Amino acid sequence: MNIHEYQGKEIFKEYGIPVNDQAIVTTPEAAREAASAMGTTVVVKAQVLVGGRGKAGGVKIAKTPEEADARARDILALTIKGIPVEKVMITPASEINREYYVSITVNRNDNNLLLMMSRAGGVDIEDLAVNRPEEIIRFPIHPADGIDESGLEAALAEVFETPTLQSQAKDAVHRLYRIFMEKDCSLVEINPYALVEDEKLVALDAKVNFDDNAVFKHPEVEALRNPEELSADETTANAAGLSFVSMDGTIGCMVNGAGLAMATMDIIKLYGGDPANFLDVGGSSNPAKVVSALKIITGNPRVEAILINIFGGITRCDDIANGILEALAQIDLKLPMVIRLIGTNDDEGRRILEGAGLESYQSLGEAVEHVVAAAGGVKA
Amino acid sequence: MSILIDQNTNVIVQGVTGRDGSFHARQMVADGTRVVAGVTPGKGGQKLDEIPVYNSVGEAAADHRVDATVIFVPPKFASAAIREAADAGVPLIICITEGMPVLEMVENYRYVKERGLRLIGPNCPGLISPGKSKIGIMPYRIHKEGAIGVISRSGTLTYEVVYNLTVAGLGQSTCIGIGGDPIIGTTFTDLLELFEADAGTAGVVLIGEIGGEAEERAAEFINTKMTKPVVAFISGRTAPPGKRMGHAGAIISGGKGTPQAKVEAFRNAGVAVADKPDEIPGLMRTALGA
Repeated sequence: MNIHEYQGKEIFKEYGIPVNDQAIVTTPEAAREAASAMGTTVVVKAQVLVGGRGKAGGVKIAKTPEEADARARDILALTIKGIPVEKVMITPASEINREYYVSITVNRNDNNLLLMMSRAGGVDIEDLAVNRPEEIIRFPIHPADGIDESGLEAALAEVFETPTLQSQAKDAVHRLYRIFMEKDCSLVEINPYALVEDEKLVALDAKVNFDDNAVFKHPEVEALRNPEELSADETTANAAGLSFVSMDGTIGCMVNGAGLAMATMDIIKLYGGDPANFLDVGGSSNPAKVVSALKIITGNPRVEAILINIFGGITRCDDIANGILEALAQIDLKLPMVIRLIGTNDDEGRRILEGAGLESYQSLGEAVEHVVAAAGGVKA
Repeated sequence: MSILIDQNTNVIVQGVTGRDGSFHARQMVADGTRVVAGVTPGKGGQKLDEIPVYNSVGEAAADHRVDATVIFVPPKFASAAIREAADAGVPLIICITEGMPVLEMVENYRYVKERGLRLIGPNCPGLISPGKSKIGIMPYRIHKEGAIGVISRSGTLTYEVVYNLTVAGLGQSTCIGIGGDPIIGTTFTDLLELFEADAGTAGVVLIGEIGGEAEERAAEFINTKMTKPVVAFISGRTAPPGKRMGHAGAIISGGKGTPQAKVEAFRNAGVAVADKPDEIPGLMRTALGA
């Protein structure tokens, strides 16, 4: 789960990591008032849950309240990577002398946490990792051991030039680590971690991601959830206990299992079709889930054909077949639907479908070929 | 032959009286697995069919030789279940549970490793050596005894691949689902090493997906340490970056975990990469020279 910069900075502030003042506004007029109250040059920053907002024109300097009004007006009219900007942050502009990078993340290769720091902050860390990996200092942390202090001090000395900066950064690393552990994060990142006037280090941006599997432990994290992170369909699907991701294509998919669901989308693409969604109906045989899934798929106006791909394991094909019939009784389905059933109780499942005049396939390739044809054939 | 489990493996089921635990305990018995005991706190002394139920893994281990345990408990209690099994010294711990917090897994991983034990999963279907033993939730009948090892991050996609192998006459030595989470107990590389050493395995099918760098590491291992042929398949080639595709670990983020990088790593290691699951048997036959 991802949150906005301003929400991340509120957490930083609560944990004692230095950040600048901020005001969150939704109108140009409020932006002007906030800038006027700050009485200094401000930065107007789009608050969207996607990266690359700077390149998209979502971050601008404003020297006067009038400029803040105008810049906020521009930015609030933007759509960044498909997401309309609804909130902007007004924050005092800092005189930046140098930009550093600090983050903590889960290191899945070594089964621990990884602190990364760099003198080359401000830039895209992914580009840095590819082009100048030697400029990133990596320092492992295992929760069972905590932070190795002398090791951390040595790592800090490679990045921060003076003892004053090293001690400020050390303090910030400890506070970031506390946030990470206490809130079950998957990423906490300060970029840029900026050296401003009076030898002070300030977090000028905040990226905090939480482990979806652990949000249940933290009601205060759940309260930060931004519904706009998900499409309307994704929200409905989550409520129904389905794993769902919207795509741009025309073939609606319902599959059991995430790996098979991904592979099904890939195969549709290979056969020249275009998937409209990723949908994992899960391991259960609950017909209600099948009904919800078909409702979500058919509610998407772009969908021209539907593919159901079930490999029965725990999921029983006869239950799925009954779920499909139940769903068809509730929905007036006008779209072509191709069904592939195999695995546990597939003979029975196929009999149930045939009884209702529905054809099904055993081979995935054959089923995909048919659904691509039904959706209007191979797209150029 | 097979790796990790065979016809003599004694298995216990943690969470044996729950909905999933009881269903799959019975299924495993029906499929020929030696299920010697079950564990549910507070239900000790009961029986599930012929399976005696104990209050703790320790109590079960006092009465039986326990070679492996399979965990079917909800995510909130799964860490405690893993540690209980580790404390009792169960050498092979298989965690089926989906949705475990990542930071708990970081600690569990260390806990199990420090005791010299092996964890498989979490969020996995388990493992099977056809004709010998099945510990997990996969449908037995799609499998066939043979000489192909299968390793996968996924569940039903593994069934799809195994089904294609079986239909093509390629049986399996052992099939293992390692799980779809970011932190898992046993990796592709760990298992490739075991398959390389197993006299009963002629070739290995590896089923990867987007996210992380486990496939790249496997490719490096294959390139430098393996003599047996490997055929790979990567799912999620059409997945958009930044979106979690069902599995907690299946996400392209920070420019890492792209399917292109994985396919390229395998091809550079001389591994044939299938575009579709039904191409895998043919590629394996070619690789085996059969």
